Amino acid sequence: MVSMKNGLKRIAIEPVTRVEGHGKVTILLDEKNEVQQARLHIVEFRGFERFIQGRPFWEVPVLVQRLCGICPVSHHLAAAKAMDIIVGGENLTPTAEKMRRLMHYGQFFQSHALHFFHLCSPDLLFGFDADVAIRNVIGVAAKFPDLAVQGVMMRKYGQEVILRTAGKKIHGTGAIPGGINKNLSNEERDFLLKDIDQMVKWSRGALKIAKDYTVENLDKVKDFGSFESNHFGFVRSDGAMDLYHGGLRAVTATGETIFDHVDYREYLDYIVEEVKPWSYMKFPFIKSIGPENGWYRVGPLPRVNICDFIDTPEAEEARKEFMAVTDGKPNNITMAYHWTRMIELLHAIEKIKELLHDPDLQGNDLVVTGERRGEAVGLIEAPRGTLFHHYKVDENDQVTMANLIVSTTNNNEPMNRAVSKVARDHLSGVEITEGLLNHVEVAIRAYDPCLSCATHAMGQMPLIIELVDHSGNVINRKAKGCKLPEEQ
Amino acid sequence: MNERCRIMVIGYGNPGRQDDGLGPAVAAAFEQADLPDVTVDSDYQLTVEDAAAVAQHDVVIFADADCTGPEPFRFDPVLPGDAVTFSSHSVQPDGVLALADQLFGVRPRAYALGIRGYEFNEYREALSAAAQRNLAAAVDFLRGALNQRTVLRDGSPHELAALAGASTTANGDE
Repeated sequence: MVSMKNGLKRIAIEPVTRVEGHGKVTILLDEKNEVQQARLHIVEFRGFERFIQGRPFWEVPVLVQRLCGICPVSHHLAAAKAMDIIVGGENLTPTAEKMRRLMHYGQFFQSHALHFFHLCSPDLLFGFDADVAIRNVIGVAAKFPDLAVQGVMMRKYGQEVILRTAGKKIHGTGAIPGGINKNLSNEERDFLLKDIDQMVKWSRGALKIAKDYTVENLDKVKDFGSFESNHFGFVRSDGAMDLYHGGLRAVTATGETIFDHVDYREYLDYIVEEVKPWSYMKFPFIKSIGPENGWYRVGPLPRVNICDFIDTPEAEEARKEFMAVTDGKPNNITMAYHWTRMIELLHAIEKIKELLHDPDLQGNDLVVTGERRGEAVGLIEAPRGTLFHHYKVDENDQVTMANLIVSTTNNNEPMNRAVSKVARDHLSGVEITEGLLNHVEVAIRAYDPCLSCATHAMGQMPLIIELVDHSGNVINRKAKGCKLPEEQ
Repeated sequence: MNERCRIMVIGYGNPGRQDDGLGPAVAAAFEQADLPDVTVDSDYQLTVEDAAAVAQHDVVIFADADCTGPEPFRFDPVLPGDAVTFSSHSVQPDGVLALADQLFGVRPRAYALGIRGYEFNEYREALSAAAQRNLAAAVDFLRGALNQRTVLRDGSPHELAALAGASTTANGDE
């Protein structure tokens, strides 16, 4: 839709859906029809905190998986880490921590593989401007069947890891306050070891595709939706990448430290969430810098940028290659998310292999408890970025407060910047061309946002574009991936 | 003709979002039945790896909430297709079938069991009363359909229409 206010014309690209959780792009034009600003609207899931309030705390690690069909394991583990603190059991037994880590790396592996092969590879293999009819996973399956099979089987492998650590493929119950409810049997270990070398080999191949594409097309991708930003995440005490636990680290676009090794339970002293009237989703920023310049990126690109090293050999070699492109300084290229996502894919499978050979996974000491507490924060590096869970629990064991900052919220401002950049570079006149839409999609996809994860049902329409003139008349209307009512 | 007919029932949706849980509720209804040669699966959404499982079956039934379809449910054939998603990790039934065809060379007969739901936008683990009635009708229908496997696998359009139409009519009469 288009509307006029204060001399600005608003062009909206929006999905029509009866559920929350989808995105819409609004491009604001000035009187000269030049892009003034672009906004990505994600209708964030409201009401979940209220849904949790009043529930017994031990139910929360299971309940929060209802939040997201894409990364339920990340919510499961972030909530479990918070509830560890509630029961005084944050110093997990080796078996419990390693089982959780195995579950987490399984989640990373399947999520990153799915994103790369299903969503990203069509853009890279066919080009941003390729016909949308082939620029999708079905097109990849037709032209690159071996690659498509790898994507399916890698995703399936990650799901098998989750099944054997969480107990169920969905709605897992593996992590409980203070520990885990099962170990890994020898049979389960042997099952997962059977295909591990194949998974490592395919991960190397996926990394090579992402790296080669970025390096060979550096001139094209370096400015695509790119901008300088702060980078945020957490790292292990020795500076290594750690996706499960660590201290908060933030660096500037050029690598200067903003803060380091901060206990994430103190996150409210460092991070503030700003509200903007046009979006349901908040805009977090670093408190010491302020809202104007304190926004930051999370996810694979910042994680590789901020860590000192990766503690698995092949991923570390890949990290060094990646950092060499920018002489060791943070890389601010939006499309470099894909390369770093594949570095993490390789890291995850190396970690899975390492853990599967660790006899601690067959241990029987599963749960610890200690001094009961009333408030707790659990953080985890989810595939899409840092995920915050914060709870208060009363003396009746009921949750009285819950605050969640999901990865996509942390990347809110950067995604808006990426869309604005692409719109400025590719909008010609006032017509929303297929090319513009393609480029906007490619920029958003680099961040792998959670747009449609909470519900899913037949009848939803993925994307609709409308173009309306100065008088408010719809002069063009496009749908993507579906038919408009008037076309049916 | 091979009498063995391997059937897969996939119920998908988010049970934490009211009537979006209709698909998993169908799966739950059949999970404990232990029907021979019937695989039951449940998930938040369909994803690419479902193609590998689908490829191991002769008949696949995708059970999902339907926000606009007829009451109490619809039962329609699904063919491989190329549904394009914007930026979601999920795929549609026709996409799963296309992947099963292209990657594994298998084209099972497939059907969408779309159960009409009404309430989706709150976090609540409960189906609406109307959705529960539609679910009961759909489960009754599917139970009967699973006893007519050769029709599901080999039936003509006329036989399939009769199967779906008769059951819907019968449910409507109740």
